[in-house]
Amino acid sequence: MRFSIYRYNPDTDAAPRMQDYDIQLEPTDRMLLDALVRIKEHDDTLSLRRSCREGVCGSDAMNINGRNGLACITKLADVKEPVVIRPLPGLPVIRDLIVDMSQFFKQYHSVKPYLQNDTPEPEKERLQSPADREELNGLYECILCACCSTSCPSFWWNPDKFVGPAGLLQAYRFLADTRDEATSERLDNLEDPYRLFRCHSIMNCVDVCPKGLNPTRAIGKIKEMMIKRTV
Amino acid sequence: MSISKRQFDAVVVGAGGSGLRAALQLAEANLKVAVLSKVFPTRSHTVAAQGGVAASLGNDGEDNWHWHMFDTVKGSDYLGDQDAIEFMCRKANEAVYELEHFGMPFDRTPDGKIYQRPFGGQTRNYGEGPVKRSCAAADRTGHAMLHTLYQRNLRAHTQFFVEWMALDLIRDAAGDVLGVVAMEMETGEVMILQAKATLLATGGAGRIYSASTNAFINTGDGLGMAARAGIPLEDMEFWQFHPTGVAGAGVLITEGVRGEGGFLLNKNGERFMERYAPTVKDLASRDVVSRAMATEIKEGRGAGKDGEYILLKLDHLGAEVIDKRLPGIREIAMKFANVDCTKDPIPVVPTCHYQMGGIPTNIHGQVYVPDAGGEKVVHGLYAAGECSCVSVHGANRLGTNSLLDLLVFGKSAAEQIIRDIGSEKAQKELPKDATDRPLARLARLDSATSGESVAEVGAEMRRTMQLHCGVFRFPDSLAEGVRKMLAVAERVKHTFIKDKSKVFNTARIEALELDNLVETAVASMISAAARQESRGSHDRSDFPNRDDVNWMKHTFWWKEGDRLEYKPVKLKPLTVESFQPKARVY
Repeated sequence: MRFSIYRYNPDTDAAPRMQDYDIQLEPTDRMLLDALVRIKEHDDTLSLRRSCREGVCGSDAMNINGRNGLACITKLADVKEPVVIRPLPGLPVIRDLIVDMSQFFKQYHSVKPYLQNDTPEPEKERLQSPADREELNGLYECILCACCSTSCPSFWWNPDKFVGPAGLLQAYRFLADTRDEATSERLDNLEDPYRLFRCHSIMNCVDVCPKGLNPTRAIGKIKEMMIKRTV
Repeated sequence: MSISKRQFDAVVVGAGGSGLRAALQLAEANLKVAVLSKVFPTRSHTVAAQGGVAASLGNDGEDNWHWHMFDTVKGSDYLGDQDAIEFMCRKANEAVYELEHFGMPFDRTPDGKIYQRPFGGQTRNYGEGPVKRSCAAADRTGHAMLHTLYQRNLRAHTQFFVEWMALDLIRDAAGDVLGVVAMEMETGEVMILQAKATLLATGGAGRIYSASTNAFINTGDGLGMAARAGIPLEDMEFWQFHPTGVAGAGVLITEGVRGEGGFLLNKNGERFMERYAPTVKDLASRDVVSRAMATEIKEGRGAGKDGEYILLKLDHLGAEVIDKRLPGIREIAMKFANVDCTKDPIPVVPTCHYQMGGIPTNIHGQVYVPDAGGEKVVHGLYAAGECSCVSVHGANRLGTNSLLDLLVFGKSAAEQIIRDIGSEKAQKELPKDATDRPLARLARLDSATSGESVAEVGAEMRRTMQLHCGVFRFPDSLAEGVRKMLAVAERVKHTFIKDKSKVFNTARIEALELDNLVETAVASMISAAARQESRGSHDRSDFPNRDDVNWMKHTFWWKEGDRLEYKPVKLKPLTVESFQPKARVY
């Protein structure tokens, strides 16, 4: 199978280049990550992140034939040859397929993604109805792979100012949690021309999310909450 | 080469469930703590845990910690230390409520409490029937737990060293541990992280097998570091084969599928677990179910073209229950088995999943070495989670007891660290040879101009474990496995990597990981070959029965000379009566 892979090592390369690989795959190689591991057996200089190989850890996000996705759950049968693989767009490349995700995580951290509740804790669990708990479905499952934020033009232009779809999805995850008491502070934190409102509903995030989540919908809900509190 | 040095009260190596739980406790106590992780914390393998975390909350039917304790002792096939098991089961409710207070998105019962489901080996009234004890967030409990713990650590301003790999422990002439030597993966920079307390929370080493549910990062780094520093590894012959890994892919399918009502079928459509475990059937403990499946396959009743797998049927639960309680499983079955599990069964095989053994610790997370029948604490070193052996899981772990182990012993180790450091003002002086071993390992890889590939030697190690140390074990095969593994260990010393770059050199990381994997694999093969009985996950054809007279004892493997030593199981709990060994029937 043929692959064309983005290569860049600041130690040795003046500029990035695409390198072609023709690789004999084994019958057990079913996912793109299997192929990349196979390539690395032949050329150990190819660098990429990977861990769980089942789509839950979020390590191996990359741009595959022009679209962001996770290598470990992308079936080789579903990709066109030559498979063109590049690092996630819009973030600085450290080496090969490894990008510097600091900006992405900084935005995630900026929404204070932890439960805030100053009421003294009960002896047992805080109660939450199944219906209220269901509000968190489609939100808490995010694996922070950055496929969404790095496919978002608004995030490409303003990665320092726009929280981006992944961070906003988590902002809403806590706004939607009946146990959280910081709604007003959370909305204040997003009330700004950039942090939330740079989302123009382009919906690339929804299109690429490997977990089938919908950040645009969550962003819409936050905007609704903003409007509601002003009237 | 001058090596920079930083000083901390505590260094935590690993940012999975136990590392993050410990780090939180330490950070909230205002200690200066550094958490090292090879991957961004939420990518640690705890993220892949699915079914739940055990606690006798009794939210849906009566339950209590003593029943939980009995099940865990019995599940361990009486190799678990009963003091540690009592400790864990009694702390379980508090640990789970804490997690809920931290924001964990548990599923809920109609009255708003934490949702609980049945799991293998978890029973009511000392084995009468299944009990709902596993607290779950759909089939993503590990993901929800790991993210919640990371988030809580953000709130506590824990300091993380992300994508740093610890290379070796620093141990002085007195035997005290004074921190670690670690490498920043992005730059290749090596640094000393000196600490009054070092906590190993590096997870398991399931990657020593070819077919494993484990992530690539599960390379036993803590075990390798401990072994090289002269600390023995305990009970390494006990590896859990999870009954339901996707055939061919190895990806985990939670036991929660059977907890929710799914069951296993052979090629004749027979629900064969009724023959092996008449009372709880498919919810027997994992060693029992895996052996039953392997027997069915061996005796020609496996499904598939070559009779190579077993079928996990759950379509009768209905799409609604599957989408609500097992959505991740539906996704995995579709992606890795091409099966829509609301219609067809999932092909599964027993797959290496969990390491019951590890670095010996007491219930306070303190690492010890056996000493004249007693335990001599290694000053400054602690361990928690899968890399440790306390031993609550004995010869076989019960499902959902692992997440509980992470929470209880992560916290308990941190509390001990806080107590120990309170009386200690200054850092000890580092030994002159503090960086010798890790630098020599790096220098060898840098300077080697030829040798075997890391991938090839690693593959031989995995094949050897798979072939010689699987579900069923045979005397000649074990002996041959030991010979082969010692040869592999020799080959590991002569590996070669083409990549000599400093920047994010993952070839070098993989070579360093293989050093750790092979320590684990040698320990496992040698310990397995020596244990002349069948207990829990260790099943020998030549010694088919459990031997409580001669073998109710823990194995300790020392790297130096591949020496083995044994220590009796602790039958005495903290406050209650002992559970005496009985025949194990489910």
